[in-house]
Amino acid sequence: MKVDRTELTWWERLYLPTLLNGFKVTLRHFFSWKRSEVYGDKQKNYSAKTTMQYPEEKWDVPTGYRGAPYLVKDVDDKTKCVSCQLCEFVCPPRAIRITPPGDSGVVDREGAEKMPKEFEIDMLRCIYCGYCQEVCPEEAIYLLKDNAITGESREELVYDMKKLLALGGADKRAYDHHVQDGVSDGIKKWETKTREAREQPKFH
Amino acid sequence: MQTEPAVETVTVKVDGRAVEVPRTTPNWQGNPEPTTVLQACKHAGIEIPHYCYHPKLPVAGNCRMCLVHVAMPGRPGPDGKPPMSEDGTPKVFPMQLPYEPGTPRGVIGCATGIIPGMEIYASSPETREMREAVLESLLINHPLDCSICDQAGECKLQEYSVEHGQPESRFAEVKVHKPKAVDLGPRITLDAERCVMCTRCIRFTADVAGDDALGIVNRGSYNAISTYPGQPFDNNYTLNTVDICPVGALTSDDFRFQMRVWFLKETKSLCTGCGTGCNTVIGSRENKMYRYEPRRNNAVNSDWMCDAGRLDYKWIGREDRLTKLRGPKGDITWPSALQEISGHLANAAEGSVAVVTSARQTNEELFLLKKLAKRYKALTDAVPRKGEADHLLVAGDRNPNTTGAQLTGITTKRVGSRLAAIAKGIASGKITTLIVFGEDVTQHGIDATLLGTLKLLIVSDILPNATTKKANYLLPGCAHAEKRGTFTNVKGRVQKFTKAFEAPGDAMPEWEVLHELVHAVTGLDGFNSIEGLFNQMAGEVKAFKAAGLTWASLGDKGADVKL
Repeated sequence: MKVDRTELTWWERLYLPTLLNGFKVTLRHFFSWKRSEVYGDKQKNYSAKTTMQYPEEKWDVPTGYRGAPYLVKDVDDKTKCVSCQLCEFVCPPRAIRITPPGDSGVVDREGAEKMPKEFEIDMLRCIYCGYCQEVCPEEAIYLLKDNAITGESREELVYDMKKLLALGGADKRAYDHHVQDGVSDGIKKWETKTREAREQPKFH
Repeated sequence: MQTEPAVETVTVKVDGRAVEVPRTTPNWQGNPEPTTVLQACKHAGIEIPHYCYHPKLPVAGNCRMCLVHVAMPGRPGPDGKPPMSEDGTPKVFPMQLPYEPGTPRGVIGCATGIIPGMEIYASSPETREMREAVLESLLINHPLDCSICDQAGECKLQEYSVEHGQPESRFAEVKVHKPKAVDLGPRITLDAERCVMCTRCIRFTADVAGDDALGIVNRGSYNAISTYPGQPFDNNYTLNTVDICPVGALTSDDFRFQMRVWFLKETKSLCTGCGTGCNTVIGSRENKMYRYEPRRNNAVNSDWMCDAGRLDYKWIGREDRLTKLRGPKGDITWPSALQEISGHLANAAEGSVAVVTSARQTNEELFLLKKLAKRYKALTDAVPRKGEADHLLVAGDRNPNTTGAQLTGITTKRVGSRLAAIAKGIASGKITTLIVFGEDVTQHGIDATLLGTLKLLIVSDILPNATTKKANYLLPGCAHAEKRGTFTNVKGRVQKFTKAFEAPGDAMPEWEVLHELVHAVTGLDGFNSIEGLFNQMAGEVKAFKAAGLTWASLGDKGADVKL
């Protein structure tokens, strides 16, 4: 394909005026007392500065930003993941590795029969696509806003279940969301099932 | 070639297409019975969804999933002619409810025999509506706990829900909750909520396994599979009910929560538990085996296998597997080990070598061992392994390849009868080199002190034992799941198995090692594939030659040889 370039006007061909125009922009920023928009509220005390003190200060990422995937706990601080391994299956770079519990596995909440023995995410492999979050039937994994994942070795960047749960924290957000939808127990479906079963007459 | 006897056929219409199908089809016991609507549709290439129907079980017709709308030809009138439509073709009458004319009536495909001229509307809107209604009713009390269900991924309820299900449940009431994780027997866990009451498990255990252990208790929504109170479900065929359970109600304790089925690679293999040689499928992921499942072979095991054989795979992944190739001076590499061994063997005198092998080695390996033994006129034998046979599958001979050992000439009709002679030969100093493949000879009359008097002890095995400890050369071998080869079962059926995953460490398929040795020692022609080796063996071993075997002709289900 041929692209036609627009001819420069005689003013532009003079060269110096456009150069000076560039200086003008730089100088305007240099002497500007206006706060830059990208800093938002964080920059209240730094009225004139345009340099951010990274990594002490961090960007406010917009809503919907896809950062590192972490495991979240339910409102009672219990593991939500049931080790269905769908995220492991769907993960395009195969960053997720789950060790299923086996028959003698332990669970830390009532009603759920299963939770992973180990859950690892290799943050070096993760591409932040968000498929794991999308596929999770238990709303147990979320891409949170962490975006600067650093470490000193490759091994250190394979996050294990303990670390992922600690980073993810309790998932108040999904809980509220379900309460808003009229589900009185939030996402605690296994507990609800167990309670329902207990309230029914026994036939065995 | 023998020509097949002509099959009597019947023409029916499936979705408007005329299909010629056999008038009768073998039932679960192999006896001819009128072909059913479901089978006719299968001939036409259309799968009718079903839960309770299973080709190897009596027909129960209770899940109603296979409902189809059909039209029957009219009965002949007084003139003896069937009613005709205006265009001169026989008239058919779509079935309708007698008390509600105009409403289509379905028949269950699994138990309705076909009639000439019948029209089956396998994909009509009426049929689809019937299926959707049945499925919706089956899902009323289903817990939908697919995320923790072992059957997810191979569940008929999931599959049919995708095809015929509703996006949302219309059931507003609270579901009936039934007992979960019920310990039905030593190897089976029942989740009563997931059950669709197809009764496949009940029919299997009563009619096939011959142990009337299961039944349905309670009524209506509270229906549940149960054993007689206090009686465990513990016959040797219980795990087949897990295979035939179309949903996740019956799960295997051994496989429970171990791995999701969609990760498993399926490899056609054989069970090595006894001389029957049940056809199996190995489910493995990343060099780890997770389960055996039976594979249909009507000449051997039908659709079943015993629990003992099914659980006999844990040794493959055992921690103490032999993974290091060892020579007299410690670790060694394969090329130098093979060179040294063939150097030793080249100087061995006739009669100074003996071979003890396992009847768990493949036909090819036994054939090569026999070749090696022939060079030295060596005594060879295998080790017998006896157990009790049962009424269904388990054979008394617990070696998977005794017949192969006999056909290749490694052993005689009386397996193990030459072991005493070998022990005597070693004691007298006549035998100075012993080659052992896959057996602990200290358990069979050649004790450790006797092994100590040998000049050269070459041992190939998979797991460590007293013999491997004494070996001058220890060659780590492969489990059947890690190599290819064939076994000959007790009835003389030669069947092949394929490689599911890689062997650990230095372990190498025994036939490859033996091939190198035989080539180096006897100078016989080389062949570098299992296919070539099998075909060479089939040309030399009398029984195999008589049956005209080739690797390709074995197929997935094997071929018979005359014993």
